[in-house]
Amino acid sequence: MANVVDTPDLVAPRPEIRARRGVGITRARSLLATVPFFAYVVIFLVIPTLVVVVDSFTGNEGGFTLENISALGDGFIVDAFVRSIVLSASTAVVGAILGALLAYALVTAKPNGVLRRAVTAASGVLAQFGGVTLAFAFLATIGLSGFVTVFLKDHLGIDLYANGVWLFELPGLMLVYTYFQIPLMVIVFLPALDGIRPQWREATESLGGSTWQYWTRVAGPLLAPAFLGSTLLLFANAFSAYATAAALVSQGNPIVPLQIRGALTSEVVLGRQHLGHAMALGMVVVVAIVMGLYALLQRRTAKWLA
Amino acid sequence: MAGLIARRARRQRAFRWIVLVLLGAFFLLPLIAMVEFASRGGGQSWRLLVDWPQLRETYPDLASGIVASLGQAVLTALLMLVLLVPTAVWVRLRLPGLRRLIEFICLLPLTIPAIVLVVGLAPVYAWVNYFLGGSSLTLTFAYTILVLPYAYRSIDTGLSAIDVKTLAEAARSLGAGWGRVMWRVVLPNIRSAVLSAAFLTVALVLGEFTIASLLHRDNLQVAIELLGKSSATMSVAVSLAALVLAFILLLLLSLFGERRKASR
Amino acid sequence: MRTPSLKGAARSATALLAATAMAAAVAACSPPEKKSEADSTGAATATSAADLGGLDALVTAAKKEGQLNVIALPPDWANYGEIIKAFGDKYGIKVNSAQPDGSSQDEINAADQLKGQDSAPDVFDLGGAVATANVAKFAPYKVSTFADVPDALKDAGGAWVNDYGGYMSIGYDSSKVPAPTSVADLLKPEYKGKVALNGDPTQAGAAFSGVVMASLGSGGSADDIAPGVDFFAQLKKAGNFLPVDPTSATVESGQTPVVFDWDYLNVAQGAKLTGKVQWKTIVPANAVVGSYYVQAISKDAPHPAAARLWEEFLYSDAGQNLWLKGGARPVRAEAMEKAGTIDATAYAALPKAEGTPVFLTDAQTTKAKDYLSANWAKAIG
Repeated sequence: MANVVDTPDLVAPRPEIRARRGVGITRARSLLATVPFFAYVVIFLVIPTLVVVVDSFTGNEGGFTLENISALGDGFIVDAFVRSIVLSASTAVVGAILGALLAYALVTAKPNGVLRRAVTAASGVLAQFGGVTLAFAFLATIGLSGFVTVFLKDHLGIDLYANGVWLFELPGLMLVYTYFQIPLMVIVFLPALDGIRPQWREATESLGGSTWQYWTRVAGPLLAPAFLGSTLLLFANAFSAYATAAALVSQGNPIVPLQIRGALTSEVVLGRQHLGHAMALGMVVVVAIVMGLYALLQRRTAKWLA
Repeated sequence: MAGLIARRARRQRAFRWIVLVLLGAFFLLPLIAMVEFASRGGGQSWRLLVDWPQLRETYPDLASGIVASLGQAVLTALLMLVLLVPTAVWVRLRLPGLRRLIEFICLLPLTIPAIVLVVGLAPVYAWVNYFLGGSSLTLTFAYTILVLPYAYRSIDTGLSAIDVKTLAEAARSLGAGWGRVMWRVVLPNIRSAVLSAAFLTVALVLGEFTIASLLHRDNLQVAIELLGKSSATMSVAVSLAALVLAFILLLLLSLFGERRKASR
Repeated sequence: MRTPSLKGAARSATALLAATAMAAAVAACSPPEKKSEADSTGAATATSAADLGGLDALVTAAKKEGQLNVIALPPDWANYGEIIKAFGDKYGIKVNSAQPDGSSQDEINAADQLKGQDSAPDVFDLGGAVATANVAKFAPYKVSTFADVPDALKDAGGAWVNDYGGYMSIGYDSSKVPAPTSVADLLKPEYKGKVALNGDPTQAGAAFSGVVMASLGSGGSADDIAPGVDFFAQLKKAGNFLPVDPTSATVESGQTPVVFDWDYLNVAQGAKLTGKVQWKTIVPANAVVGSYYVQAISKDAPHPAAARLWEEFLYSDAGQNLWLKGGARPVRAEAMEKAGTIDATAYAALPKAEGTPVFLTDAQTTKAKDYLSANWAKAIG
């Protein structure tokens, strides 16, 4: 009986061999179908990024040089990076705290009620509402002849700008950025809050725990990775923002994106294109680090609050 | 226990209302201020907004910016769909190993700020200008990259909700070609996801300023900024109109999404 | 058993290498130039109207091209709005005015980006620094009135010629603030939150000259811009400095009652707002900073004959007087005054400038720029 089975060479080639060769050809043809997508992404995303990297190390005459990178250590560029980081960090923290409070307020409401849906929809719009339109909105509100400015001056005698016009400098940017940071926090943090199961609250209470203990010992540690991750996302969002500052600030290029614009379009200080590329490279490095940390924290969150 | 829950519910309701009122005031104030500001000067701005021929004559730059932005929005939505939907479906069906790579690529634009992208796009656009001219509509290529993260997430979620494999295999076994499978089997089933991606694209394109400004092309936001230098009230009026339009779009999107879910 | 990780890694590595090579190539080379049909008349290499057979032949060739691309010419800057209209009406050539808000560097960037395209700029109106850095991009051309331009204000070969100039001035709303007699006056409390500078001096030529004027008025010199930066730092500390970009909208609404800007721009604002705002212009005594702008024709102009005709128009008596109407000092002013062809009333109405005008040399400009870029953000931050 064993002899009949033991003569494999007298039967047709094993199906696995034929399948493997077939799979190879099909796999190549399958990959072909994704070529348009990859080609497009390479041309319009990968190549520009690589151009920025390569040009950061290119001098004005064309050769390889490290002078652009070392120029990043110049006083005014370091100042710009510091101000960008301070602006992003402060608006991220303020936006995260206020956004988390608003998200918690939504979570305690009826899950499919009008309130939650309306506020979520509004957050979706306001998170995207950046740039020129937001700058003009704030100019109309607390600009020099804005609604609130005039109201305060006429009815309450308060001059908002008694100590200088801060709207067009860093403090003004901080206020304006918070306007889109808070809705973004709501959008990003709400799913994490939804992942908190009511059973955990009940369990805490049945074991005799107080609200304080619930928040510091149970929900807090569970939400911490999500909260930190969202804060990092807000940081990256503020750090990359350009349009709002470009429309609002006209003197001094206080933050890095405006310095980059200056390096590219200034008609006074010429020959700074490659320095602009180096600053862009610096920005990518900072944002990449932040987003990397965010991805790590996202995985932690998914483990507990999926 | 019941008393505890009721007390907590009351505290939460009070907390909810305080937070909503305070933050609501903060968010509504600029919008009210925009309405008030734009109405200064006798409401002329509002009248011009609805009178297209008059608008085109008084503010030709603004009119061309609006037309350019609308064209860019439509083209970007189309290009995004043509690129993403077949690729996402194909990867799910045939190349599951590539899924993480595609996800990573589609999240890259979030890591590369638009200001950095536009710095590197200059030589690429020199070639685009060579082949296709310097029209503002060529910004579509850059915009499609910008919308990738949001559009991909939307389409991927939509594809996860349906069983693409079974549908595709069933259609193929009945003799349909791949084109038919995509167009008549898969697409109708992810209609809400596709619409969601399209609406997000339009909202993003209408609000984009960085790339258009630094590549010196026409765009709604660029036109609004230029307008702000000559007429403050009109620029605020147009900003508010653009914002309201985006809000209506996203509201329709969420309503449409609700209806689809309800009809299941 | 396959080793997918190794294969995948190798594949991504080669892809990355290929992409880097492509990126370097793309960054280095630019697309080939499109052959333009407009070269049939030989206008692209003409260095004077005589080369084409006289002014009438130039006019015919330009009319055949039918279009002219200009860039970065705001309509209320030295009366360019009227100049563009006059040129279009006189010759029936359509003038396409791109990026009215652009800087001189934007003009050069556009010429590079759109090289060989039909929408590339034909002519440039540049600040001195950008012009000096880009002479290789200009086509030499001597207008028929070339001899009238003083030697110091043109390139001997005709590659570039100064076109109009002005002095840095202080414009102010006389109903809101007292008339300043010197730069130092602006530090007084009456000007709190009222003084604006037209642009960022590390970005825009006009603002740069404004800081130079402040320097001259604060004891500095053409070699030393530090007192000017210090002046603005003091202005900021006193609360007088307004970090708002002054535009016709802000002047009209009264947000920027005092503006540092070119005299022709301030004068034009005053003329535009007569009856609404009492806008006056003064050039501070002994702090007179002058600068001329530069005209040039692009070597790769898609409409070379029209470009040359534009230059002829600008340097004709009509063109120069239109600039004068806008409050700018045309470069042929002396010759036209001698010949009696200048618009005497407009010439007399120009703001008076007491003291020797200072024109920065290239070396002084470079020194000032370097100091500014290192210290401006700190001074007013």
